[in-house]
Amino acid sequence: MADRQPIIEAMKRNAQKNGYYLCPDQQLFNDLIDGLATNTGRYGYGSCPCRVASGLKKYDVDIICPCEYRDADVDEYGMCYCGLFVNEKVKNDPSLLGPIPERRPQEVIDVALSAAEQKPNVPDVITNHSKKEKKTEGVKIWRCTVCGYLCARELPPPICPICKAKAERFEVFTIT
Amino acid sequence: MNSMKHETVPGKNTAHHVKIFTLSTCGWCKKTKELLKSLDVAYEYVDVDKLSGEDYTEASEEVKKYNPHRTYPTIVIDQGKHVILGFKDKEIKEKLR
Repeated sequence: MADRQPIIEAMKRNAQKNGYYLCPDQQLFNDLIDGLATNTGRYGYGSCPCRVASGLKKYDVDIICPCEYRDADVDEYGMCYCGLFVNEKVKNDPSLLGPIPERRPQEVIDVALSAAEQKPNVPDVITNHSKKEKKTEGVKIWRCTVCGYLCARELPPPICPICKAKAERFEVFTIT
Repeated sequence: MNSMKHETVPGKNTAHHVKIFTLSTCGWCKKTKELLKSLDVAYEYVDVDKLSGEDYTEASEEVKKYNPHRTYPTIVIDQGKHVILGFKDKEIKEKLR
């Protein structure tokens, strides 16, 4: 198991920077950190403690904590898949913590786990599976009107990670 | 590592056959185990992340049968009569009452 403390510090910094909070359920928080420390020791990277990893980094990059589904999940459910990152509302009312649907696409899970199982004659779809194609159509680009920071997500971030301006200072950015 | 498979936890409540597929690293899986323990339900569990090779493949295929998304915990009651995905404590209590 890797050291817990550096992981806690890194997650704390990341939450602060992005306007999120860490899991308000202390027991769950400790278990999740233990899980991340175990995975870091086991795989060499901190993949999500609540998802099964393939153990092959190129198939697990999307679930290395903070995972790439976090922002969308915190926007929609107030918490990420495992609950390590939450919004202000859930921080203030931990009873809102609970299971949320898996946003990671089924085909991504299947490809990663097939690779992990080293299925013989795995077709090229898997060997050539560079990162899956991102669904970018319809995703909004938000611009911080204070510092110009840009990000692509459904809702603006709670705070600008660069200048700390609040969500209301963001506008939808359109390329004409 | 066959010893890792199907750990059995005793309990007085044996009205249902309960098998859960879990990850040893997952806080919600741990909550599920603790809930079953507090309800004194006898259950089997498999920590899928601790398996490797054929054991892993076998367990993973079994989870897929009940839950194509292969998320954890997957709680299988009475050989699939009820399948609960995730730590849905109310639903777990209700089904095992």
